[in-house]
Amino acid sequence: MHHKTIAELAACLRRGEFTSTDLTRRYLARIECLDPHLNSYISVDPEGALAAAGRADVRLGRGEGGPLTGIPIAHKDIFCTQGIKTSCGSRMLDSFIAPYNATVVERLEQAGALVLGKTNMDEFAMGSSNETSFYGPVRNPWDVRRVPGGSSGGSAAAVAARLCAAATGTDTGGSIRQPASFCGVTGIKPTYGRVSRYGMIAYGSSLDQGGVIARTAEDCALILQAMAGFDPRDSTSVERPVPDYSAGLDTDIVGLCIGVPEEWLGTGLDPGVSAVVTAALTRFEAMGARVEQIRLPHSPLCVAGYYVIAMSEASSNLARYDGVRFGHRCRDPADLTDLYRRSRAEGFGTEVKRRIMIGTYALSAGYYDAYYLKAQKIRRLIADDFRRAFEQVDVIMGPVAPTPAFPLGAKIDDPVRMYLGDIYTLSLNLAGLPGMSIPAGFSADLPVGLQLIGDYWDETRLLAIAHQWQQTTDWHRTAPDFEP
Amino acid sequence: MQWETVIGLEIHTQLATKSKIFSGAPTDFGAVPNTRACAVDLGLPGVLPVLNEEAVTLAVRFGKAIEAEIAERSIFARKNYFYPDLPKGYQISQYELPVVGKGRVRILLDDGAIKEIGVTRAHLEEDAGKSLHEDFHGLTGIDLNRAGTPLLEIVSEPDMRSPEEAVAYARKIHRIVRWIGVSDGNMQEGSFRVDANVSVRPQGEAKLGTRTEIKNINSFRFLERAIRFEVERQIDVIEGGGQVVQETRLYDADQGETRSMRTKEEANDYRYFPDPDLLPLVIDADFIERATQVMPELPDARRRRFRDQYGLSDYDADLLTLSRELGDYYERVAQDTGDPKLAANWVNGELAAALNKAGLEIGASPVSAPMLAGLIKRIQDRTISGKLAKQVFEAIWNGEGDADAVIAARGLKQITDAGAIEAVIEDILATNPAQVEQYRGGKEKVFGFFVGQVMQATKGKANPQQVNALLKEKLRA
Repeated sequence: MHHKTIAELAACLRRGEFTSTDLTRRYLARIECLDPHLNSYISVDPEGALAAAGRADVRLGRGEGGPLTGIPIAHKDIFCTQGIKTSCGSRMLDSFIAPYNATVVERLEQAGALVLGKTNMDEFAMGSSNETSFYGPVRNPWDVRRVPGGSSGGSAAAVAARLCAAATGTDTGGSIRQPASFCGVTGIKPTYGRVSRYGMIAYGSSLDQGGVIARTAEDCALILQAMAGFDPRDSTSVERPVPDYSAGLDTDIVGLCIGVPEEWLGTGLDPGVSAVVTAALTRFEAMGARVEQIRLPHSPLCVAGYYVIAMSEASSNLARYDGVRFGHRCRDPADLTDLYRRSRAEGFGTEVKRRIMIGTYALSAGYYDAYYLKAQKIRRLIADDFRRAFEQVDVIMGPVAPTPAFPLGAKIDDPVRMYLGDIYTLSLNLAGLPGMSIPAGFSADLPVGLQLIGDYWDETRLLAIAHQWQQTTDWHRTAPDFEP
Repeated sequence: MQWETVIGLEIHTQLATKSKIFSGAPTDFGAVPNTRACAVDLGLPGVLPVLNEEAVTLAVRFGKAIEAEIAERSIFARKNYFYPDLPKGYQISQYELPVVGKGRVRILLDDGAIKEIGVTRAHLEEDAGKSLHEDFHGLTGIDLNRAGTPLLEIVSEPDMRSPEEAVAYARKIHRIVRWIGVSDGNMQEGSFRVDANVSVRPQGEAKLGTRTEIKNINSFRFLERAIRFEVERQIDVIEGGGQVVQETRLYDADQGETRSMRTKEEANDYRYFPDPDLLPLVIDADFIERATQVMPELPDARRRRFRDQYGLSDYDADLLTLSRELGDYYERVAQDTGDPKLAANWVNGELAAALNKAGLEIGASPVSAPMLAGLIKRIQDRTISGKLAKQVFEAIWNGEGDADAVIAARGLKQITDAGAIEAVIEDILATNPAQVEQYRGGKEKVFGFFVGQVMQATKGKANPQQVNALLKEKLRA
């Protein structure tokens, strides 16, 4: 039953083929047996999950509930959950239990989904390989010697290994799409402002956006439906009606105009990935779409611009972890400076410290104009590039990452190389646009995703294109034959 | 050498909102530590600020009261620094684009002249919490009840030239914020705090001298003393061949001196940048209209009206507009009695002195406006003399009833019956023939003696004008 999609599971639960309790037990058993080899979960909550499953079964028995009632999911450990530890992958928050639920958690709970546990992630979402987690790296179920991608690596690995029906993720520079690509699952990062950030621990506030990793576009639509919408507790969430994503899935793609950025298919792209993308575009043409070359002339600036903004915001967002009110505090501080210095030195890992220092530098007097302000200008230029492109095409497609999943340890000591791996994903976050990664093929037995980029608020169209794609392909149905 | 003092003030005034500027937690003062701080105020992971609309309304109302431009678009920025009572590691404030732009207020100088002081800007920001160093045995306690309290920081131009002008300006801002209800201005509770930027330069020099900033002064008296001390200190430094160091100083009220807190080199680099959690604050004409709908007649306008309508001096009119309630009180007395000048004399004289002595605000005055008007009417209809009226005032203040009741109870009704006064005068002249002789011999000073005798004989109740007239008449005979 764990191979079924949410849409299929919901139908089974409704028909009484099995109960939510059966399903939850199955996932918990799989987690217990398989996750020690993957490390995709930081916390598992069997009691809470089974209690919620019992309640869901009562509702289902009465014929009540919605499409997510009784569906076991997992939350990235960046979303605050009342009663379950929220670590954000950091020693700093190893003991932190939030007294509130994130809006996303609250809404999914209201929609009837139940929480199996919290998934592993790069520390404070800073990383592209899940190797920066205080809880150790997550392994890719397609090849346990390789990374699952990051920062939502735990969510992607857990979905790929069938350790939950779907999982939430967050995407600041590719953190949903890149692990989805590496793990052969479907991920969507909505338009900035579509999903509330309340209770989602901040990394780069102007870039962070919550989303979903699931097996299919149809499942993404179901979960996103519950997550999305205005939240008065988040001033950057947008008051705009949420369309019926599931209802839009059957929209035909005949006549769809696909733009392909010429800057993205040049040097630096792995030939295997390039072949998958080219084949996918040919297939879309066969399905009735038209493919056009477009230009995103400011693409070469996006990595530098992105990292300045993300790190600047991070340096300020992470100032609250000072050992005073919550989180890690060093033993026997001699004085205030010692308290700050040691609590932060002990609580944060190397990558987090690196980003705090670079961000602090970029915002400093005398450097602000040269870095932060200039990065904001780059941000506008990149958004303008996309605006012009969307005057010409309906959707943009390209690679998610330059390579498939790379071996553990391959880049962790070379941050610049690691950052350059985000080259195709992070311009969307700078512009605030929605994007998806959908399974599109394999390169040397490793899954490769295709990136779809939509215009603002065009999640419906992205999900429809992905769904149509998944009607004629079965890469999303291919499971890793990971059994220890 | 002659030195010129240059002063600019930064005033932090707490806005009178029920809840905090970015959260729904209450702002009431004096609660048990850390019971007025919610997850947002504590800076817990994942929480986000949401702007309190009422704080913006109050800022706009203040802006309009000082004739300032209201920014159509202003930006909240993060001011980053580490301090245990600053939960997020940054304070949300406004930096490059404040909500209130250039404005001005007028102050009345001692010589009666009116001086205009420029306000550079006023911006919204959140307060930090409080560090408690007592009762923790060498440790520091943190109370975050204050964290997130809405503040309006009002920054002046360096337009003041003496401690007196600085105090007059601070008092004027204090008057305005209370007048229009944007702040209770309570200085003991920290709702109104002043930082003074002070420098000196040779008289006639155009370039400003190096300034120091004296932080967190919470009384007008201390403000004056702190500036006075600082000016003298700076002059001493320069005249002693030294240079003033740009630094932040603290005023020690017990020692009556300012002390260095940190120099410019030690100052924080606040790394301001726009807060990505808050959208730009956009204010349209409708919002300004709504915010200023309840705007009362402002202090300056009322001062001018009192001057023109009631024929008062600027000085008297200014005193009568120290607060809105005082102005209302005065106007009631002036209208009831039909003698605005006499009303002004009483309100600014006896009443002000009594309030001051008792440490009371006009709202708590035991003598109400109708009661004071009743007393003045008894002077006007000559029931009592002005001198006795002071006694009656005191009795009213002490709760012995209104003017008529006091006059009746104490038998203070003035004697205006000419026959009765004549009889007393004749009696006194008869018993003091020597003095009568002296007066008639040209020693007119003795006149006072007779007045005194008559008043004594009548227990002060004889109408003084009548006594004077009748005495002169009788002595001439």
